[in-house]
Amino acid sequence: MSKFSQRKKTRRQFLVDTSKGACGVGFMGLGLAGYSNQSQSFNPQMLRPPGALVEADFQSACVRCGLCVEACPYDILKLGRLFQPIATGTPFFLARTNPCEMCEDIPCVFACPTGALDPTLDNIDDARMGLAVLIDQENCLNFQGLRCDVCYRVCPVIDKAITLEMHRNTRTGHHAVFIPTVHSDACTGCGKCEESCVLEETAIKVLPRNIAKGELGAHYRWGWKEKEKAGHSLLTEPVLDLPDRVPEVLK
Amino acid sequence: MKTSHTLGEEAIAKKGWLLANRFLLLRRLSQLSILSFFLLGPLAGIWILKGNLSSSSLFDVIPFTDPFILMQSLTSGHVAIFQAFLGAGIVLLFYIVVGGRVFCSWVCPVNLITDAAAWCRRKLKLRKEKVLSTQWRYWILLMVMILPLFTGVMTWELVNPVSAFHRGLFFGMGTGWVLFLMIFLFDLLAVENGWCGHLCPMGAFYAVVNKIGFIKVDAKNREKCTDCLDCFNVCPEPAILKGPVHGQKKGIGTLVNDMNCTNCGRCIDVCAEDVFVITTVLNGKNSLAKVEIIK
Repeated sequence: MSKFSQRKKTRRQFLVDTSKGACGVGFMGLGLAGYSNQSQSFNPQMLRPPGALVEADFQSACVRCGLCVEACPYDILKLGRLFQPIATGTPFFLARTNPCEMCEDIPCVFACPTGALDPTLDNIDDARMGLAVLIDQENCLNFQGLRCDVCYRVCPVIDKAITLEMHRNTRTGHHAVFIPTVHSDACTGCGKCEESCVLEETAIKVLPRNIAKGELGAHYRWGWKEKEKAGHSLLTEPVLDLPDRVPEVLK
Repeated sequence: MKTSHTLGEEAIAKKGWLLANRFLLLRRLSQLSILSFFLLGPLAGIWILKGNLSSSSLFDVIPFTDPFILMQSLTSGHVAIFQAFLGAGIVLLFYIVVGGRVFCSWVCPVNLITDAAAWCRRKLKLRKEKVLSTQWRYWILLMVMILPLFTGVMTWELVNPVSAFHRGLFFGMGTGWVLFLMIFLFDLLAVENGWCGHLCPMGAFYAVVNKIGFIKVDAKNREKCTDCLDCFNVCPEPAILKGPVHGQKKGIGTLVNDMNCTNCGRCIDVCAEDVFVITTVLNGKNSLAKVEIIK
């Protein structure tokens, strides 16, 4: 009997051990869960490689092996280090210093063993690493009427991803301004524009698409597009004619 | 037993230094060559292994994926592409053959840190105190596998020192080295074999794999044991030796069949009487025979 009691745990001991383990690990788990929640909203300027799944999916798919980093011929990708403001070990690049060179054979995607970088991406122009946003119109030289145009010139998808839109220069009254305008259907988010912006702090920034893009309500329609689609006005009866409002000063 | 007895003294006197350290030397060779296979690529442009221990490819052909990390990926809700499962299958098969925790003592780079701490502990003659249950790691393993169900991401990989250390060696450590210093100090000052033997869920995972491990250590010649306790002092999981070495009266078999055994082979090294041998489960079956009686 004494042999047995030495080896076997009493029920009391078992319950004590179990609750010790459960409590300790519970504490640890709570802390970790909180930390991992934050890890999904770290530095938005740390951009994911081409073909990356949306952030939450990416973080559950990426095994942090660094094969994409070693596949990158331009040494652009880095892996997040412990205590950096990005999920530990996941790949990123910074557009301002090292924008993506958009290789046609996309070696980083090819190297990914888990599908965190979507293997169905076969044309680098379809990559959506982020979206360039001309975020500071007050300092952008082109907005002031100067012909900097650098972001437009360096864009690998020039005239599709960035166009120059001519507007009247209201400051001088008799010149034009050429507004660099990003088109989200063509911008890959490579970051060449952000890298080359001549300002001290860049006026055009590549942001994750979920931050950069707005979205219409599902019910919303553009009247003129619907009209074009239908080939005629969608209103059969004359529009209700409301009284025109006369400006107060003219009364 | 002399009081001035140093660990492995008799073994060195009897077998010679080389034989009394052969498993240690082989293990260091294994650890360092795996590190250099990874390092030769970025440093010298000779690509043998690409990636890191989480996932890698050998000569750009054979994929390896750590099944522990793939499991977390699965529970966080992502089904990886075939290549990852193939890689995990290869790795799993390998560890089933050689014993799961062979990862811990022959591959894992953190072992270099914790072995250094254990060595310092022995040199400083720090007392052994049992302050932490060795079962903690299994609780942590459970947590690591369950948390992704709620967070949707691989939560443990945000802090996992094992993968972070290996990754850091090739892709930059940053301030992460503080964590590894902490592990060293924890093992040295707080708990003996604290990280590997009590907390690490990765080791716990491979211990579970070890349940069907094929290669085992066997205390085959235990009748020759002189009770010098060198094997207990050098073993990173000393509790597992008790039965096989001293359990004759209780009818416990000689096979070191506990899943926590890392197959490091240090007990074979330090034993002057050659009590231990490496064997397979098949050969060791008869050494197991009487274990049922005790239960």
